[in-house]
Amino acid sequence: MIFLKAFLVGGLLCVVAQLLMDLTSYRVTPAHILVGFVAGGAVLSALGLYQPLVNFAGAGATVPLTGFGHLLAQGAIDGVKHKGLLGAFTGGVAAAAAGITAAVVFGYLAALFFRPKG
Amino acid sequence: MGIAAKKIGQQTYFFHQPPVIVSTAAIVGPKEGQGPLGHTFDKVVEDPYYKEKSWEKAEQRMLEEAMQKALQKANLAPQNVDFLLAGDLLNQIIAADFTARVLGIPFLGLYGACATMYEGMALAAMLIDGGFAEYVLLGASSHFSTAERQYRYPTEQGVQRPMSAQWTVTGAGAMLLARRGAGPVVTHATVGRVVDLGSADPNDMGAAMAPAAADTIVRHLEDTGRVPGDYDLFLSGDLGAYGLVLAGKLVEQKGYHIAGHFNDCGLLIYHHRRQDTHAGGSGCACSAVVTCGYLMQELAAGRLRRVLGIGTGALFSKCSSLQGETIPGIAHAVAIEAR
Repeated sequence: MIFLKAFLVGGLLCVVAQLLMDLTSYRVTPAHILVGFVAGGAVLSALGLYQPLVNFAGAGATVPLTGFGHLLAQGAIDGVKHKGLLGAFTGGVAAAAAGITAAVVFGYLAALFFRPKG
Repeated sequence: MGIAAKKIGQQTYFFHQPPVIVSTAAIVGPKEGQGPLGHTFDKVVEDPYYKEKSWEKAEQRMLEEAMQKALQKANLAPQNVDFLLAGDLLNQIIAADFTARVLGIPFLGLYGACATMYEGMALAAMLIDGGFAEYVLLGASSHFSTAERQYRYPTEQGVQRPMSAQWTVTGAGAMLLARRGAGPVVTHATVGRVVDLGSADPNDMGAAMAPAAADTIVRHLEDTGRVPGDYDLFLSGDLGAYGLVLAGKLVEQKGYHIAGHFNDCGLLIYHHRRQDTHAGGSGCACSAVVTCGYLMQELAAGRLRRVLGIGTGALFSKCSSLQGETIPGIAHAVAIEAR
């Protein structure tokens, strides 16, 4: 059941992004949508609205870009709890460290072993 | 207050002793080889890297090889040629620069975006008819993967392409123009004005270039006093599916009916549905390889007698479009006749 929920919620988030790409002016670039999703996820998370979605759909809510925003927001909130105001600056990236490092490491490995076909 | 002896009307030049296209060569990548014109090219390179380390190097190699082939066909060595005119879409036109480094022919680098081949033909014909050259070698190149990162996003990023987007042709075309010889001749050139009606979408260049193409076609007809029926074909460079319709309508509004014999290199070069190229081909190589391959063969076979080729270019950079600038278009027309 969790797989179905993850598929539906993750898929719906992607449908929203696809519609934004297809139905908006060319002035809305993929980069705008990417940043918008991360920021949107962070705002929803800070308002306490994103965790229920994660509880419901698991990876369907954490894997899309909004999940990254959620991670940043929760990390910043935790950081403040443990380190005071400085934690607002360190907590977000610390919480997302695994994802960021994985992107660098696997990106490097892929670049080392493969060549883009063009 | 002199009147230029070889100029007619506002923007058109008439060549008293029309320069001859003595040889051409066209080299393309795999996707172009699989297209409907695959059999018209001198060589189809199956590897987009062409055994080089980067796509930029592959593009340069194609341009150099096309130039060498055009020289070989005419039995000429680089030292016999007076000028090399070439350009491409890379920063500082390095494909052309590095080709000139190898050939050692006195070099004038060109940037006319995708209209570069036709800008080169117009200038080469002027150099020859003006008495400054016996032989001029000219050419242009582009490559899908170098153009994507030059103008939009690196292909590795996998950004989706809207249906108005065109597919940059991988390849290079080269042409040798001479004062004397056998082959089709260049009788007129109409140098285009830059026209900008405010289109700004870098994924819809057909709309940006159509007004310039229409302006140049109408200007050519008015300057020469010719009618559309004087030409077997009006062949634009890379207006694509939507740009061609737009340009046709704009020409129609000026009272010239060219719709029946107006086509586009970008529409001829791919099987659009099957090859997923969206609005059609584009890039310097689009008009270059279709002109140097298909068009020359049609003229040689007698299926076409007189053609107006219209090289079309979108004058922008990634930086200018990200900064919100609109995209001006340019179009140069060259009249080619079978002899």
